[in-house]
Amino acid sequence: MLAKRVIPCLDINAGRVVKGVKFEDLRDAGDPVEVARRYDAQGADELVFLDITASSDDRPTLFKTVEAVASAIFIPLTVGGGVRTCADVRALLSAGADKVSINTSAVLRPDFVTEASDRYGVQCIVVAIDAKRVSKKGQPPRWEIFTHGGRKATGLDAIEWSVLMVQKGAGELLVTSMDRDGTKAGYDNELLRAIADSVPVPVIASGGVGTLEHLEQGLSQGGADAVLAASIFHSGQHSVGEAKQYLSRHGVTVRMPAPLAFTV
Amino acid sequence: MEKIGVIDYGMGNLHSLGKALERVAGNQRIVISYDPEELIACDRLVLPGVGGVKAAMNELRRLELNEMVIEAARKRPLLGICLGMQVLLERSEENGGVAALGLIPGEVIRFIDPPMDAVERLKVPHMGWNRVRQSRPHAVWAGVPDDSWFYFVHSYHANPVNPEHALGESDYTRTFASAVARDNIVGFQFHPEKSQSVGLRLLANFAAWDGDSR
Repeated sequence: MLAKRVIPCLDINAGRVVKGVKFEDLRDAGDPVEVARRYDAQGADELVFLDITASSDDRPTLFKTVEAVASAIFIPLTVGGGVRTCADVRALLSAGADKVSINTSAVLRPDFVTEASDRYGVQCIVVAIDAKRVSKKGQPPRWEIFTHGGRKATGLDAIEWSVLMVQKGAGELLVTSMDRDGTKAGYDNELLRAIADSVPVPVIASGGVGTLEHLEQGLSQGGADAVLAASIFHSGQHSVGEAKQYLSRHGVTVRMPAPLAFTV
Repeated sequence: MEKIGVIDYGMGNLHSLGKALERVAGNQRIVISYDPEELIACDRLVLPGVGGVKAAMNELRRLELNEMVIEAARKRPLLGICLGMQVLLERSEENGGVAALGLIPGEVIRFIDPPMDAVERLKVPHMGWNRVRQSRPHAVWAGVPDDSWFYFVHSYHANPVNPEHALGESDYTRTFASAVARDNIVGFQFHPEKSQSVGLRLLANFAAWDGDSR
């Protein structure tokens, strides 16, 4: 039986892991290789790197970071942030990323997703869906796609957009609730469920985790296939291993890493 | 110095596989190449691959690698990974039906897409970590606990005719052969290079294997 995945997310800026709230008040959270190794050893199923570098001049630093991390860990690595062209996809894959996450560029030109997945395979194309609830209380729920870190509305319905992205070639959707991101109030499970029930590809839940219970709810209530979280792991509040033990106790199938069969 | 050849026919990114092999290969050299002559001179061969089977077979033929693989498979340890395992069989139903290398009798078939109203929808592609039951003893399993977790990404799976050619089994919508073996050939549907320490153990075992299947 397929395991539900637990995925720590690392924000990368100028070759360092950083943490902050909504891209502000960034603080150094360590060397990417060390942090990645730590999560790998704790039993992370994948890692996501989000390049939050403001300037595209720093891309070479990102490639070096991806290369260093990809050489140090042997679990899938997804890299997102500023992926605009097939050349960007190729450069990240060549640096050692296993998947790339596409966000704003997919909104600007949906066919980019098709071009990238035709060339590199659907298995390595993740589309990031940043959605905000736009319906009022008492109305049927409705979410819209936002870009630019949640600042720019697009008018696109999040569910219709998700379906379209899969038709265009997304192999996986990374669904972030912009309302919940950074709040520690839990995922928007209604949003997750609406998307998970509408698409045939895996859905990764993101945005809002404050407790281990939230992870479990994203899987059971939200119907997600994987749960992504940042601050509960970075802060040391919980290890990935603790998260998996919690999920396992609550009836979720998770991968418990074997005793080291080969010393990495 | 012994050499492990990785067949680079443009189907997917060989970065993680190359790094993983370097980590486990001891003092063997890793040769990543599309030159049939350079590859046939290697002591062991790895056939990776992601993407569609039609494009894979076309590229293998265009680069004149299909005959080399069949020739090499007569005597050297050969490892197919993911799509590189699928092309070891006779035929795949992907892309409307494509003839493959035919080193292992049987077909590659698609998982059944779940109906959208099913109670528990198992999605296709089969993506993520799943367990592999070891169907029989083999040198590549040495030190790998039975039922270990490995990382998969695929929509089609091998269906070998001869049950003895199934080296490992996994469950997803049905029980399928997630590892195959015949004589000096082994194939993994999952990605050992992305399956943490158990995956590295498998690759290390392959790197040390003499091709004896007994």
